[in-house]
Amino acid sequence: MTVKRLRGLLLLPLALLLGGCHLVLLDPPGDVARQQSDIMIVTTIIIALIIVPVMIAIGVVAWRYRASNKQATYDPDWDHSPQLELVVWAAPLLIIIAVGAISWIGTHQLDPYRPLDRVAPGQPVAAGVKPLEVDVVSLRWKWLFFYPQYGIATVNQLAAPVDVPIRFRLTSDEMMDSFFVPALVGQVYTMPGMQTVLHAVINKPGTYPGFSANYSGVGFTDMRFKFEGMNRQDFDRWIAKARDAGTGLDLKVYDRLRQPERDVPVQYFARFEPGLYTRILERCVDPGETCMSATMSDAHAGDAMPGMQGHGMHAATGALADDRTPVPAQAAPAH
Amino acid sequence: MPEATPHRAHVWDVLFGRLTLDSLPFLKPDLEGRIVLATLVVVLLLGVAILGLVTKKRLWGYLWREWFTSVDHKKLGIMYMILGTVMLLRGFSDAIMMRAQQAYAFGPHMGYLPPEHYDQIFTAHGAIMIFFVAMAYIVGLMNYVMPLQIGARDVAFPFLNNLSFWFTFWGAILFMVSLFVGDFSTAGWLGYPPVSELQQGPGVDYYIWGLQLSGVGTLLTGVNFVTTILKMRAPGMSMMKMPVFSWTTLCTSGLIIATFPVLTATLFLLSLDRYLGTHFFTTGFGGNVMMYINLIWVWGHPEVYILILPIFGVYSEIVPTFSGKPLFGYSSMVYATAAIMILSYLVWLHHFFTMGSGADVNSFFSLTTMMISIPTGVKIFNWLFTMYRGRVRFTVPMLWTMGFLFTFTIGGMTGVMLSVAPADFLLHNSLFLIAHFHNVIIGGVVFGVFAAVNYWFPKAFGFRLDEFWGKASFWCWLVGFWVAFTPLYIMGLMGVTRRLSHFDNPALQPYFIVAAFGALLIALGILAFIIQIGVSIMRRKAYAVGGDPWNARTLEWSTSSPPPAYNYAFVPNVHERDAWTDMKKHGFRRPLEGFHPIHMPKNTAAGAVIGALSFICCFALVWYIWWLAVASFVGVVAASITHTFNYRRDFHIGADEVRTFEHTGNWQPEAQGANA
Repeated sequence: MTVKRLRGLLLLPLALLLGGCHLVLLDPPGDVARQQSDIMIVTTIIIALIIVPVMIAIGVVAWRYRASNKQATYDPDWDHSPQLELVVWAAPLLIIIAVGAISWIGTHQLDPYRPLDRVAPGQPVAAGVKPLEVDVVSLRWKWLFFYPQYGIATVNQLAAPVDVPIRFRLTSDEMMDSFFVPALVGQVYTMPGMQTVLHAVINKPGTYPGFSANYSGVGFTDMRFKFEGMNRQDFDRWIAKARDAGTGLDLKVYDRLRQPERDVPVQYFARFEPGLYTRILERCVDPGETCMSATMSDAHAGDAMPGMQGHGMHAATGALADDRTPVPAQAAPAH
Repeated sequence: MPEATPHRAHVWDVLFGRLTLDSLPFLKPDLEGRIVLATLVVVLLLGVAILGLVTKKRLWGYLWREWFTSVDHKKLGIMYMILGTVMLLRGFSDAIMMRAQQAYAFGPHMGYLPPEHYDQIFTAHGAIMIFFVAMAYIVGLMNYVMPLQIGARDVAFPFLNNLSFWFTFWGAILFMVSLFVGDFSTAGWLGYPPVSELQQGPGVDYYIWGLQLSGVGTLLTGVNFVTTILKMRAPGMSMMKMPVFSWTTLCTSGLIIATFPVLTATLFLLSLDRYLGTHFFTTGFGGNVMMYINLIWVWGHPEVYILILPIFGVYSEIVPTFSGKPLFGYSSMVYATAAIMILSYLVWLHHFFTMGSGADVNSFFSLTTMMISIPTGVKIFNWLFTMYRGRVRFTVPMLWTMGFLFTFTIGGMTGVMLSVAPADFLLHNSLFLIAHFHNVIIGGVVFGVFAAVNYWFPKAFGFRLDEFWGKASFWCWLVGFWVAFTPLYIMGLMGVTRRLSHFDNPALQPYFIVAAFGALLIALGILAFIIQIGVSIMRRKAYAVGGDPWNARTLEWSTSSPPPAYNYAFVPNVHERDAWTDMKKHGFRRPLEGFHPIHMPKNTAAGAVIGALSFICCFALVWYIWWLAVASFVGVVAASITHTFNYRRDFHIGADEVRTFEHTGNWQPEAQGANA
């Protein structure tokens, strides 16, 4: 049975129950979120294979052996059975082996650091297509998006052309937030002084909610943005509109932006201070502050953080964050 | 931080630190102030009424001698249960306020709580429910039941047990004081930096010191219980003949010993950051936020197993008793418990798969997390096969157990969904997660506590609890739980995240209204529970029971209800697993002559005094009242040293006194099997 049909089976009763309310996590329009959702649905069904019979059995056994039913066998000394106990350990073990295998494969395949190899089912990334690069900074309590390929930046609005891979690099100015567009891709934390990476693609034009999924103080609730999936022409127009907005994002403007502020409107910046994202990441925006990579290389005399590039330490410190340093991709062919 | 600005450096600052009249929220004229004022008035009226009643009935001396200074594990257990219930009311009022806010705050309505206040409420709700409700309840249960179950006369360190209680009690009081003096943390129940480092004022410091106090208390309890179980079991009770509840108590205490020091150390580092300006958890100067998050979950994940393991033990006592059969697969059950204990150390990272660790790290923690569901599944099967070919009596404790079996299984299923790392990227921090952990903590721990209270209450007080109100409470809780949390599961799948104080999308409002209605049903469940206790006390004559009202299987049912201070006149000899069933089968006759004096620990005021002084010290630290902090700390040390010179710490209960009780106590052996 295909996942699609399973999804249909699962969605039907829910749809009746909800009367048209959209369960975005069960039917997301972004290919990566969709694969994550597929894994969620498949594993749920596998677990249900054991949970549902057990629940039925609990009901049946409890009712059949109720004290008032004197017809039922009463075996007051029966307290073990090696065969049954084998089954009792083996059944959940088998289920967990199946779910575990799916999780292992899925975790590697959908690793946020791994560049995409497809934009939709059966539609590999075409040769020569460069992903859209977006550098994300979470501020108190707003989102700043840099588009280094276009030289523009925005606050609280994110746009991307459909069917084009997007590569996000994310960091935070002060708080720990979580960048999440449920329709697009599963979330990743943004943390000060550290960089995370996320690859995603949107397959349907539309406006989707994005927000921080990690509490970060009084303005957290309003820390929302719109994510726009656009076709190519609309996206180009959107870029042009941002450029026409005219203002620039220099250090002074950034200093104003990083002040705590609630419910911030969308803003466009036609250009930004070069290297600003890296300086935010390396915590050296203010004049006079030493960038972390400089501190690191002083401390380690050029020994660039042994071990930091290995598996499992992708939340890299600034040392890895130069704009031109390729993000370490792992378990995946380079794009 | 400590130094005051020059023009304010007068006597007030020295005497009261940063505590001023402005710190009293109930003096503020805004809505928040009004709410706090109203709460304060209610609390004061209730307090005056209770204190007045105690004074009028001249109960102070009695309470002090028989309860506050008591080292009897049974009385301490009961005091823990009362503390847990009082704190449940507090934690639940927070829940109702959150549900009301989220049901109302849509579109232009910002709700009645500004974020500053709402954030304190969800922080307080989580911290109180875990530390002072769930923990107090399970420590109370273990305290009451475990020594009786293993045939001991008290715990290994009776004074330490009393001290543990007072630490927990004063920790809870510190949380309560924050309601009226100053404010509370807004950093969530685990106090994540940077929020917990950036918040000015006393809120986070209340949180830190309240948890430090109760955490030390819990750690001492863990040491106490492990020693008791290893050294004080009745003759013949080998480890593999020990009742499963005592096994789970042992495993939980082991977890407590291994993990609570981590909590203490983590909070200590946080307080260094806050008080002395160190940078353990700030970015820059080499600190790192994620270090806190790793450390706190190294404690935090085992903590949820600290809560659930003894409750698994509770169900493992109730199901055999009411099925009239031994527990199926005892050894499996013990090994499953031990496996859960070990595995619970190896899963903490699943609380932040989305931190950006690589795929290998996430896969590892995803697999260890799933593996926990294997021994847990084994337990479910074992309870199922215990009922199989039994004679299942659907008493109130058994109803709670059935409710648990259905509810918890669903919670287990959503738990496995969350443990799949790619799925967790979607579900992390969503209302789905909120629904999941309430599903396992309410459906597991809370249901288990109510099952246990209904099961062991007759043992503790000599009369059973009212059935009608017990069933009413059960159905309100069960239905209320599903009404309150099904909408949260659904909204989680819509991508709605946690801790939001208002919403734009009006389509969500019906779900929150339903959830609020569910919370009201749960409120009725709590009310029914309180009525159940009240009604049962009033009808205690009619509800009186003997030593073994349930035809149960373990040792605690072989003594009278309530048990005498010394638990057993003769320490029982154990031959089989279900020792009391075995004794009944062999026609056990209680000896009525030949008693010896019984050596018992003496009550002491030291625990109450040290606890109170520690509270003063922590309160002073919260408000930077340095002279008082130093003075009370010196007091704590002095009181502790003085206590070591107290050589009158034991006494003997005379043989005559034992004989008198053994002839008049509430045994009624003829009541055995009355309910069968």
